[in-house]
Amino acid sequence: MSTETLQLLYLIIMMIFLGVELIMHVPSVLHTPLMSGANAIHGVVIIGSIIVMGQATETLPMILGFIAVILGTLNVVGGFVVTNRMLEMFKKRQ
Amino acid sequence: MESLLAIIYLVASVTFIVGMKMLGSPATARRGNLVAAAGMGLAILGTITLYTNSNGEHLHNIPWIIGGLVIGTVIGWMMAIKVKMTSMPQMVSFFNGMGGACAALISLIEESHHSAMAGGAHAADVGTSLTIMAGLVIGSVSFSGSIIAFGKLAERIGDIDVKGQQFVNILVLAGVVVVSTMYVMGTMTGMQTLVILAVLSLAYGVLFVMPIGGADMPVVISLLNSFTGVAAACGGFLYGNMVMLIGGILVGSAGTILTVVMCKSMNRSLTNVLFGGLMSKKAGASAGGGSGVQGTIREVTAADAAVLMAYAKQVVIVPGYGLAVAQAQHVCHQLEHELESKGVTVKYAVHPVAGRMPGHMNVLLAEADVSYDKLVEMDEINPEFPTTDVVLVVGANDVVNPAAKTDPTSPIYGMPILDVELATHVIVMKRSMKAGYAGIENELFFRPNTAMLFGDAKASLTALAAQVKAL
Repeated sequence: MSTETLQLLYLIIMMIFLGVELIMHVPSVLHTPLMSGANAIHGVVIIGSIIVMGQATETLPMILGFIAVILGTLNVVGGFVVTNRMLEMFKKRQ
Repeated sequence: MESLLAIIYLVASVTFIVGMKMLGSPATARRGNLVAAAGMGLAILGTITLYTNSNGEHLHNIPWIIGGLVIGTVIGWMMAIKVKMTSMPQMVSFFNGMGGACAALISLIEESHHSAMAGGAHAADVGTSLTIMAGLVIGSVSFSGSIIAFGKLAERIGDIDVKGQQFVNILVLAGVVVVSTMYVMGTMTGMQTLVILAVLSLAYGVLFVMPIGGADMPVVISLLNSFTGVAAACGGFLYGNMVMLIGGILVGSAGTILTVVMCKSMNRSLTNVLFGGLMSKKAGASAGGGSGVQGTIREVTAADAAVLMAYAKQVVIVPGYGLAVAQAQHVCHQLEHELESKGVTVKYAVHPVAGRMPGHMNVLLAEADVSYDKLVEMDEINPEFPTTDVVLVVGANDVVNPAAKTDPTSPIYGMPILDVELATHVIVMKRSMKAGYAGIENELFFRPNTAMLFGDAKASLTALAAQVKAL
């Protein structure tokens, strides 16, 4: 196993612990917005689709890449906007 | 330039972590969401302008990328703005599915890239094959599963209970495992292998979510959410891209914990939620029948119910999914207003899992301008029920089922519930005598102090509000 892979593994393990810590003590009222927010964050997969699209030269990868960029954007934009709308509902209660 | 992009990715990763942390507290949640969104925007912009591959080439097809971004933004924005508050859960599921599909497509394209480079031979090393495979399988399952969950929540797909489905599920899953292993080992290669794998994974996603009851969809969505996170992280591994890796793993881990926490607040195990529908449907039904729920029910007219409530000292409204379905939150607020003008104290008792998602009722009632201090959580309201004159249950069922306390054979036994049966009068609004989403009878309806008001929640509440006003 190369040092780089090993470092990535370390990073993954640390992130798992961090994710657990972040969520553990959240009140149940916020579970839905939190899930929705997390949903938007994994939209980061869009970066991968941009990279793959930017290197595509043939027709099929181009088409698939284009669709991937659209779907990824849907995830990101829809995710953040929906979360924001949910949280707006909580705003006036503060 | 390369180090600038690395720094941008680092900043974006930090915004994800900080944003997620801020989402965990009501005071900072909204800002947290915006912080994470800003980080995402930065990462996307940085990738388009600064990314270079191992040969030092910048990205091509920029107009196409920007075109895709614009189309996705317009559609995503419109959908997110137009969706009704009550339909939020299925919207989240839909967007989650899009992310999963995106991850699966990335794997497909990567494979075609590798095949083309090697003239059809298997060029990728084991690590690369493994991440391509994992991204495809997890992304596909997440996509098809999310779409089924979306359909179930939108009530377009019912609960389907086919005999022998366990076998089919296990068979398809075995197929996925076998083809995946052969692909990684290099015995099966090329695009067609990945297409077979994609089809099998898509089928498994459908089969996996299909038998799970509509009431458990939030848990399923949360789980699929963490799946998509892992699929995104696979992409990160593939490109050695830190922001994808961190964002993906963070969501994967946080989503898994959130799933477990949600199960806990329903006092059920994850296994029970995911496979309970498959294994114990028959056993559960017979056990439920054995609990001996019987007796006569008493119906009440809106006029009588209105009198009962208007002359009460305290009325507690228990909202449930029926309120959301009927879009009755505004009428409910109106009834509350009419009652208060008669000098009645009105409170809302909110069970942590009332509705289809935790916090569903809070969001819904807040939309109708019900003031926050009237929403009382379960532990606070429960001691008040013995001194409450009238409890009005609006489309809630399992969260007020006394069987959770008294009947050890009940599937919901042990789940904390609202002790509404201790109130002087209980009025239950329901569309019919159909069992709740857990599929069990509710002995509350047969109690002597309970009266049923049948009909659509919105129509009934409108009638009640009018009757109270006329008194």
